[in-house]
Amino acid sequence: MQAPTATNGSGCATASGASYARMGRAYFRRAPSHPVRLIFHIGHYMIFLRDAFARPERFGIFWRRMLDEVDLLGVHSLGIVSVLSGFMGAVIALQTASNMVSPFIPDSLVGFATRQSSIMEFSPTIISLILAGKVAGTIAAEIGTMRVKEQIDALDIMGVNSAGYLVLPKVVAALLIFPFLIIVSMFLSVFGGYLIVAATGIISPASYVEGIRVDFDPFSVTYALIKTEVFAFIITTVGGYHGYITRGGTREVGISSTTGVVWSIVAIIISNFVITKLML
Amino acid sequence: MIEVRGLSKRFGQAQVLSDISAVFQKGRVNQVIGKSGSGKSVLAKCIVGLHQPEEGEVLYDGRSFHRLGKEDKRAVRQEIGMLFQGGALFDSLNVMENVMFPLRMFGTTSAAAMRERAELCLHRVSIAPDKHRLFPSEISGGMQKRVGIARAIAMEPKYLLCDEPNSGLDPQTSIVIDELIKEITEEYGITTIVITHDMNSVMETGEHIIFIHNGTKWWEGGREDLLHSDNQELNEFVFAGNLMRQVKRAKG
Repeated sequence: MQAPTATNGSGCATASGASYARMGRAYFRRAPSHPVRLIFHIGHYMIFLRDAFARPERFGIFWRRMLDEVDLLGVHSLGIVSVLSGFMGAVIALQTASNMVSPFIPDSLVGFATRQSSIMEFSPTIISLILAGKVAGTIAAEIGTMRVKEQIDALDIMGVNSAGYLVLPKVVAALLIFPFLIIVSMFLSVFGGYLIVAATGIISPASYVEGIRVDFDPFSVTYALIKTEVFAFIITTVGGYHGYITRGGTREVGISSTTGVVWSIVAIIISNFVITKLML
Repeated sequence: MIEVRGLSKRFGQAQVLSDISAVFQKGRVNQVIGKSGSGKSVLAKCIVGLHQPEEGEVLYDGRSFHRLGKEDKRAVRQEIGMLFQGGALFDSLNVMENVMFPLRMFGTTSAAAMRERAELCLHRVSIAPDKHRLFPSEISGGMQKRVGIARAIAMEPKYLLCDEPNSGLDPQTSIVIDELIKEITEEYGITTIVITHDMNSVMETGEHIIFIHNGTKWWEGGREDLLHSDNQELNEFVFAGNLMRQVKRAKG
């Protein structure tokens, strides 16, 4: 079980945090129950967030790092998001069309179903789950490697708030760029459906276009983007937290990376349910 | 001057440090020696505040570090330079950017002055300008240590801590690093603490030596005292190698 030494805003190990972590380690060696471990990690995650959201030491450095992260986390994910979204829309269109057996159901339903599924669920949730695998894993591995190579200790000794320096630019970058990725994904998913309809002739492209234009409610996009922002926050902070608490060597970095991805996915699915229940 | 008073540190049931007290004087190389697992690195991490001791305190020129407020702690940390065992250079930054990092983070001078300071520090540790744009993975271990020293002295620290600066280095490079630490200590009047188990380094540069054994301060003295001590545990550690045994015989 990994347990961090809590730090205050300046990256200094705090007396209460250090002893809390020590007690935690001793306790969890004996505690078999996962729910109790979960509570322990939620507490440490909150302490980590407090440090991560402290005011940056230098806004110029924060700004440069944030732009780098926009490129690394967002622009570098554009390829995979585009490819997957296109195929996703194509599959939705094909499945909807192939399941329409009643002559009373209009062909335009294929376009309508593809649009609604893509905008409300597939683009924000499925693409975020894919980004959780890519981005949360990358963040946990990067920060975990910095931890085991003592680079985070070096930051702390210099007086830099290491959690804030490392994680805040990633969180802000993800909050800025993920909505763009999801909007691109929505468009390409609907376009992918159009291409497969046009290529297979399963319904007429005109019916598909008619379907995607019918009864459009802009709130569905708002709902999707709010979900995306929550997921972006989860992916970057959960990945960052698991990297930050890494102790040991390369094996532990691998474990942190996997744990970061798994818990990001769990948190996304649970929060998806909560947001949907609250907003729809 | 750094003073450690009654420092004790425990991890779970394991008592790693017990009641360590020592004074590390300014302008000389203070060395902490001991076997692997004796608690040397934990002592260094307690001194710089990475570990919180259960008992005792660390005083930086009379300021009790663990009792300071957040901002005062940060101010003290900016007076500390630390050289890590593995260098701990940031992989994503090149040599020049690594040295400029603390200056950019906390410096108040212009960008040009920061660059000038970084170039001076790199020159001081004999890193040629053509290496300034290389990344840590592209330079040797010895060079990484020298860049680590340049980064540690960039903010003109009052205190320098070196955690096993010679680990993984060949004897010739080790001597270069040892001499560099000694020269910088004298030149800038820094309080330097070197954590090491390299006896060559101790004999070359050790002016004030503390021997840690099973988490307690077992012995304290100078280089010459080390050779004539009749402390059994110290002798077992220091004279484990043939070369050191020959030195002791030669010294009578």
